[in-house]
Amino acid sequence: MRTTFVMARLTFNEAARRKILLCAFLMGLLFLAIYASGYLYFNREATREHIPPIALREMRSFMVMAGLYVVNFLTVMMTVLVSVDTLAGEIASGTIHAIASKPIRRWEILAGKWLGFVGMLSMYLLLMAGGVLLSVYLISGYSPPNPARAVVLIWLNGMLMLSVSLLGGAVFSTLANGVLVFGLFGIAFVGGWIEHVGSFLQRQAAVNVGVVCSLLFPSEALWRRAAFEMQSPLVQALGFSPFAAPSAPNVVMIGYAIVYTVVALWLAMRAFSRRDL
Amino acid sequence: MVPTEAVAISSQGLKKVFDDKVAVEDLSLEVFRGEVFGFLGPNGAGKTTSVKMLLGLVHPTEGSARLLGSPLNDWRIRQRIGFLPEHFRFHDWVSAREFLTLHGRLYKMPDRVLQARIEELLELIGLTQHASKKLGQFSKGMLQRIGLAQSLLNQPDLVFLDEPTSGLDPLGRRLVRDIIRDLRARGTTVFLNSHLLSEVEITCDRVSFVKKGRVVQTATMSSLMESEFTVDVRARGVTSELLGRLSCLASNVRLDGEHVLLGLSGEDHLPMITRALVEGGAEVFSVTPQRLSLEDLFVKIIGTDGGL
Repeated sequence: MRTTFVMARLTFNEAARRKILLCAFLMGLLFLAIYASGYLYFNREATREHIPPIALREMRSFMVMAGLYVVNFLTVMMTVLVSVDTLAGEIASGTIHAIASKPIRRWEILAGKWLGFVGMLSMYLLLMAGGVLLSVYLISGYSPPNPARAVVLIWLNGMLMLSVSLLGGAVFSTLANGVLVFGLFGIAFVGGWIEHVGSFLQRQAAVNVGVVCSLLFPSEALWRRAAFEMQSPLVQALGFSPFAAPSAPNVVMIGYAIVYTVVALWLAMRAFSRRDL
Repeated sequence: MVPTEAVAISSQGLKKVFDDKVAVEDLSLEVFRGEVFGFLGPNGAGKTTSVKMLLGLVHPTEGSARLLGSPLNDWRIRQRIGFLPEHFRFHDWVSAREFLTLHGRLYKMPDRVLQARIEELLELIGLTQHASKKLGQFSKGMLQRIGLAQSLLNQPDLVFLDEPTSGLDPLGRRLVRDIIRDLRARGTTVFLNSHLLSEVEITCDRVSFVKKGRVVQTATMSSLMESEFTVDVRARGVTSELLGRLSCLASNVRLDGEHVLLGLSGEDHLPMITRALVEGGAEVFSVTPQRLSLEDLFVKIIGTDGGL
């Protein structure tokens, strides 16, 4: 167990030393600064125009959704970028030889890396999502329903990407892994939108396509559930917005995503244990 | 029969097939505790794959092996094993000291013991001055040295060194030789993969020759060096009849002007040759035995095709 933490620390330190954390932090701050100034501007204009409170609330809700939508996307990107090369790259360069020949089991190496990335990505998400929610709250006093639940779902999305990317890295080369993970993300993304529009137009076939895509890779489903958790009662009643839909993935789908993540991580450990280095 | 506690490595029929390529056909050998064992063979003979199988980095297709008495799947035994990989590389953003600390922690060494050991090793490999430098700034030779230090952190009972002198200058090579000598003095078993036969000749107690993934010969260095040599005889009046008689006593008999060259399988045969020459009426001026170098032996055992 101790060696797992040694690996976790190495993984986290690598991100710090290679200036990945610094870049992510600086770009994150820039994003938040731009987001907050934009929000400040819209909020001031809307208040001046004497927009009715219901519409004002909708506008604020929309802005929070838009902000967190980008945060969700950035978290996914960040997760894949930092983890896609960690196994395949170290196997290709031979760096792994000195580590895997120590008294440490292969799964412990992988678990250590996983923990290191989880720590790093959690910090990143906390900064970004926290920044969006906090700036909106400080500027306008608005807070969407269930913000914590939504952030946890976005976090889960990151964990899903991480586990799948580690599985790909244990089996394929870095580039093949990247193509695989982004490919899955793309399928889930487009499937999510087909389901979204299909449910609005009440076309069951389109909804089914979306469900199948979510079963293939439940990444978009997690985001849509997060958006559903935060949507305003009005949107819920109207049944459509660009970010949320009445047919939000149910709890079973969230459970499925969790199982998917755990199984992917388990398969990654198994594949890495069997791999010739 | 050698008692099991005296054996550091024993392997029976280890085989590795990658897709359709046989990397190691049959690795069967015994390495005794406390000896320096040379593992020799041409490129592509399966030396590195063999070492990786013993260390659990590559899973054998067939066969079994024991390291320090434990089967291959017992990862705990690696607590007592050190390994310097071939073409050693590591993350270029860690400093030398951080690198050793990390690996010491993987060996679960208590921090205080580890820090003392790190200073000792940095001193030994001559990198104390560069301890805070990042590995990315290290030369090939420095990297090789720090890799070697990493393999000795836990004061192992068994060390695998895969081409430890590659990338090293003559001083570095001498350092490796001295370190191996120290290890032997402390009773550590050393498994050495090397191309530099002159080094193997100086450092190893026993050697195995591998060809096409199979151990073709294992012998102690002394028996190898004594077993075969050529004799250069300078003599006049060597008749063809005499040459015929010599051919019955020695191999590869050749006459070259005043020189007769013959191959002998042991020193004991020398007086017999001299007697035959004198009795055959030759005037003998000198009899000079010439030992084969390990390189000559290597070529003889492996063949010039390199086993490819």
